[in-house]
Order: sequence, then C-alpha cells, then structure tokens
Amino acid sequence: MLNYIIRRVAYAIPILIGVNLLTFLLFFVVNTPDDMARLHLGMKRVTPEAIEKWKADHGYNIPIAFNATADGMEKFTKTIFYEKSLRLFLFDFGRADDGRNIASDIRQRMGPSLAIAIPGLMVGLLVNITVAMLIAFFRASYIDTYGVVLAVAMMSISSLFYIIGGQFIFSKTLRLVPISGYDTGFDAIKFLILPVAVGLISGMGSGMRWYRTIFLEEIGKDYVRTARAKGLSELAVLFSHVLRNALVPILTGVVVVIPLLFMGSLITESFFSIPGLGSYTIDAINSQDFGIVRAMVFLGSVLYIVGLILTDISYTWVDPRVRL
Amino acid sequence: MKETSLLSFQPVILWTDGLIYFLLVCLVCFAFYAVRREHLSAPWRQVRRRPLVMSALIVLIFYIAVGLTDSIHFRRQLPATEENQEVQYSPEVLSLLDVLVDSLKNNNERSYSAPLAAYAYTKEMITGDDGSQRRDYPRLAFGGAHLKNPETERRADLLGIVFRGGMAGLVLAGLAASFFLFALARHHRKGFWEMGGLIWRGECDTAWKAIVFTLGVFIVLNGMLIPLSAKYHLFGTDKVGQDVFYLTLKGIRTGLVIGTLTTLVMLPFAIFLGISAGYFRGWIDDLIQYLYTTLSSVPGVLLIAASVLILQVYMEKHADAFSSVTERADIRLLFLCIILGVTGWIGLCRLLRGETLKLRELEYVQAATALGVGHRAILFRHILPNVMHIVLISVVLDFSGLVLAEAVLSYVGVGVDPAMISWGNMINSARLELAREPVVWWSLCAAFLLMFGLVLSANVFSDGIRDAFDPRLRGR
Repeated sequence: MLNYIIRRVAYAIPILIGVNLLTFLLFFVVNTPDDMARLHLGMKRVTPEAIEKWKADHGYNIPIAFNATADGMEKFTKTIFYEKSLRLFLFDFGRADDGRNIASDIRQRMGPSLAIAIPGLMVGLLVNITVAMLIAFFRASYIDTYGVVLAVAMMSISSLFYIIGGQFIFSKTLRLVPISGYDTGFDAIKFLILPVAVGLISGMGSGMRWYRTIFLEEIGKDYVRTARAKGLSELAVLFSHVLRNALVPILTGVVVVIPLLFMGSLITESFFSIPGLGSYTIDAINSQDFGIVRAMVFLGSVLYIVGLILTDISYTWVDPRVRL
Repeated sequence: MKETSLLSFQPVILWTDGLIYFLLVCLVCFAFYAVRREHLSAPWRQVRRRPLVMSALIVLIFYIAVGLTDSIHFRRQLPATEENQEVQYSPEVLSLLDVLVDSLKNNNERSYSAPLAAYAYTKEMITGDDGSQRRDYPRLAFGGAHLKNPETERRADLLGIVFRGGMAGLVLAGLAASFFLFALARHHRKGFWEMGGLIWRGECDTAWKAIVFTLGVFIVLNGMLIPLSAKYHLFGTDKVGQDVFYLTLKGIRTGLVIGTLTTLVMLPFAIFLGISAGYFRGWIDDLIQYLYTTLSSVPGVLLIAASVLILQVYMEKHADAFSSVTERADIRLLFLCIILGVTGWIGLCRLLRGETLKLRELEYVQAATALGVGHRAILFRHILPNVMHIVLISVVLDFSGLVLAEAVLSYVGVGVDPAMISWGNMINSARLELAREPVVWWSLCAAFLLMFGLVLSANVFSDGIRDAFDPRLRGR
C-alpha cells in the first residue's frame, strides 16, 4: 500500500513539471513581461522607462531563462524561470500586482470556498443518488420516462439561469435569504443556503441521469438476478447489492473533485460575493493579474493529481477485489 | 451622376464563415459516404424512426438555417458622392440575416421598452403640442407606432394580429402538409388517405407524424410572430434601444460557431493522437498519455482563462492587423474555439486510445498485419472507420455543453468579444437589468428561451444518435 502511494506520487512529479513548463511557456514566453507591463500601463503612449519601472516593481526585470550578466549559480537562479516558475513547487506564489502575498490570501480564502463547496457536494450526492435510486426502482415505467425527460430539460438550462433565477425569486421577490455576501461563523449559514440549493438544482439534471445509468447497468448483471432468485426484496437488492457495487463508478467521479473543492466555484462565488478562491480567481482574471492566475493554475493541477491518487486508494476501500 | 444601386456589394468571408462552409461541405460528403455504407446508414434508419429525435432535428435545422444566413457576410457599396470616384464600400459588415430582418435591425428606440409595448419603460419630459411640459412615458418610435390610441387599441390589435397570423399559418401548414402527403403517397405508390393512415399510426420507416407536426407548429408560430415583430418589439428593446429579438437571433450564430468549430479544431488532434497511442503503444503511447494527463490536470476554466488573457495581450499588440470591429471579434471567436478545442480533445482522445487498443488485437487487423499491409493503410482502412461512431457520438454530445460553456465564459470575462452579440453577453448585461427597479426581465428571458430551445433539441438529438450508434446500447 505504502509502496503504491510512493510510486503514484513519483509519477505525479513529471506531470507537475509539465504543468509548470506549460504555465511558464504561456505566461512568459508567448506573452513577455514587456507585454504584461504594456497591458497594465495602457497600450499606447507608454514610455520604455515606465515599462522598465513596472517590471522592476514586480520583479520581472531579469532575463527569462538564462542570466548572462550574473555569475556562478546566479546565472540560473536570477531568472524569471527560477524566481517565478520553480518557486511554485515550494508553494511560494510571490506577490500579486497590488503587493499582497498570494499564498496568505489563498489560505485566507480557502475557508469560505470550502464552506460552500462541502455542503454542496454532500447534499448533491445524497439527493442525486436517492432520486436516481427511486428512478431505477421504477425503471421502465412512466416515472422513469418522465424522470429522464425532466433530467434532460434541466440539463439544457445554463447554470447562470439557475443562479439568476434563484436570486431573483428567493432573495429579491420573497426576501427569504440575502442576495449575496458572507459572514464568519454560524452567521454564514443564511448566506450559504441559497448557493447550495442553486448548486444542487443546477447539477441535478446531469447527476440524476448519470447515476441512473450506473444503477441500470448494475441491475442488468447476473448477481442481481441471483439475489432476486434468493427471494430478497427489491429494496434489499437495490440498497445492499446494487448500490454497493455501483460505488466504484460513483467514486471515480466524486473523489477526483474532492481536492478541487478547495478551488471553489468561479461562477457561484462571484454571483453570491463569497470571498473564496473562486471569486479571487475571477477578480484576478478581470484585473489581468497574471501572478494569481499562474498560482491558481498550479494549485489546481496539484489538487487534481492528489484527487487521482485518492481515487485509486478509495477503490481498495469499496472494492475488495482491487489489491494495490 | 453615376447611378449606384443598393444591390452592389462586396462579399466578405470571415474566418469563421470559411470554416463553417468547410464544415458544411464535410457534412455533405459524409452524408454521401454514409448512404452507401450499411454500417453507417443502418443506425440512421433507427434514428429516423424516433419521433422525439426527428422533432429535435427539425428545431436544430431551423437554428442552423438562421446561423447559416447569418454567416454570409458582405459590405454594401456606399453611394458615390462625386463623379469619377472609385467605388467605396461601407465599413460595416452586414450579413444576409441583417438584410432579411432589416426592420428589426434598424428600428431602434431610445432605451428600454417592454415586450410588445407601445410606450417606453421610463418616464421622460414630454413637450406637448401646445408647448406644455409633463413627465410621462413617451410613445415608442416604432413599437405600436401604427396605433392612434394604444391604451384602448393595443390589446385588440395584438389579438387580431395573433389570430390572423395563426389562421394564415394554419392554412399554410395545412396546404404544406397535404402537398407533402401527396408527394409521399406518389413516391410510395399508395393512395392519399392510405398514406395518411400509415403516417398517423406511425407505420412508416420514418417518424413523419412528428416531422409534420413540428413543422406545422413552426409555421403557425412564424405566422404569429413575423407580423407581430414587424409592428412591435417582440421581446422589447435593450438599454440602447436595440430590438432584443434581433439580438437573440444574432446570438444563434455565435452559439453554433462555438459548438461546431470547436469540435472541428479538436477532431484532428484527438483522432490522430488517440489512434496512434492505441495502435503503436510503447513510447508513443507513454508520450501521448503524458501529454494529455498534463493538460487535463490543469483546471479547464483556468487554462482557457489564461489562454484568452494571453490572446487579449496579443491582439492589443497587433491591433492594426484587424480592419474592422467585426473582423476583430471574429478572430477572437475563432481563437476561443481553438482554445476550447485544445483543452477539450482529451476525453475523445482517451476513448479512441482505448478502442484502438481493443481493435488492434482483432483478427482482421492481425490478418492485415500478417499480409504485410503498412501501418498507414491499417490505420486508415481498418482502425479509423471502426472508431468513427465514437467520434460521431462525442461530437454531438459535446455540442450542447459547448453552447452552455460560451455563456459561462462570457460571464467570467474570457468569452467572446464584448462587441459580438452572444447569449453569454446578453445574460451578462441582464444581471444589472434585474437589479433595476422596475425589473427589466425580457432580455434574460429571450436569451433563455432561444438558448434552451437549441440546447434541449441538441441534447435530445444527441441522445438519439448515441442510442443508435453505440453498439453497447443497441437492442436495450
């Protein structure tokens, strides 16, 4: 087990190096620091001195990959590649354009992101699996047919509409919950109800259908027929046999996203003004702060890889046949 | 004075236009190819039998038709001001759709007005005929301008238009249906009523009932909406007084382009890399797997955002390369498609790799190898045709997701150019409109309706295609 985990982590290293090189290429080679400076200072009528000053202020006034003027090891360390890209491996994200420390901002904003993402995932899983189970119980009946029709219709609505509609109906018209905002401690609950509910509804169409397919696939298998032949009730078959075996494909989808929950949801957080990592990223994109975007790209990749490893480990937990 | 007719124009082929035509040609070629191949035409026969899928196809065809008329661009000739002056063209790039719905495009109000309204949505100072000033809702310049006294006449006028249009539509639909039935009966050498009975009971090899019914509803709806939109603003007007119905129609092309061109960009990558990884295995497989694992480990939205930010910088730097706003917006749309394609090929590539791994062990591939057929011939003759159904399924399945993604990306600020009319941009501006008092709800609803129609029909259609082409699901 431990060996396996070590091997998987070792596999992750080349991938992280690849991600790092990719971000480096995107942010510093395709798009040089001079371009960045010009973008921030305005495109026209900008003096070379102003560009140099901007670069010096933000630490971009060094060569990209090789510094010929420095000596010794500094030839390589006094470069943008080392200072801005390799430092990401140490989770040292440097400073944002407004001078704030990105790493401490990220730590601070993780809490609100998780406060909305974890309940969202839990409620979503519970409701989707229950509904899909019900539909599978009534399979090949009108409930099944109309359930699928409803799911397809719900899938065809953009998540933006669910958010805008939810805010309009429950906050603006009925005034049940505040439109947006966030608070610390338990006061946050009233701000979280609506985003979680909207997230549940907007994900229900695809979730319901996906789990229904998984359940139906399992129901068609031989062991289910055996269980029924033993005289087990349909409910017992569904819950103790089908659900347990369907856990493998369900886990594949779910465990991968768990680490990514830290990243928050761009859309939900920005609509509901929740000061999490999602809105942090959106603000960075809108103010074209490349430092933050770079940090988030790297963090997202690390979390995704962690998710993949966790998925493999979780297989052993639900499926005794899988031995690592 | 030299005469200039309004008809003289200079065709403009934007990048996305060209690619759309290319895609259309590909589709037609594929259709011809598929008709003569049993394994490709058999699933289609199954698709044709399903009423819901055929209805969805009709709706899709309507959207595609609007999108295609909106993809024929040209610039009008300017009226010559002096003699011997060389011919000059207007800088504004128009599309065929703009010309067809000329009145929608040009009948602009001053600001917001509700759907089918005759008065503006906000009060203004109005100077009466006798010079007195009062604060009231001004009449619209075009919406309901033919009415003398809108307060009493408008309702009756609206009902009248809807009723007359609906009746005309019904008659037209009836005529079209009988003509169609007649032609079909002739083709099958059956009697008119006999054929009608067959269709009604659904005993044909195609779900004609659903097709005729959808077309009929469509004609009747058009009969109502076209006269309405000529005299009123069907979906109201937006902040600068543009007709929202026109904007939503223009949004169709943007959605379609994103949904289709992205796949066109993605396909060569996915097919080439997926098949080679599965077929050659060894280090090629390792390399390709490494490539897509790396790419897929970067969160999609962030990779898109980063690429679009960089594209913005590039376009600012080369601002002179684009002669008009339309061209600039078009290039940005194309690049958005490319970026979405580059981040989106991974799923299909993985599927194709897995399928090829299975196929290469099959007897006919082994036989071809034993007979000394080269790698290229095996790949193109034996592997590629046998994975095409996966490609087709994933292309139609991806379409609706891409249309939805456009809205989200435009909201995040990394979508299409703000100057381009798209549903995403409409929804984006609708956020502020909903916060107004009184609420401006119609642009959101209009974008919602048309987007829902497109995505729903695409979803239903792609489900039909998947059920027909996926051998695992066949007969279930």
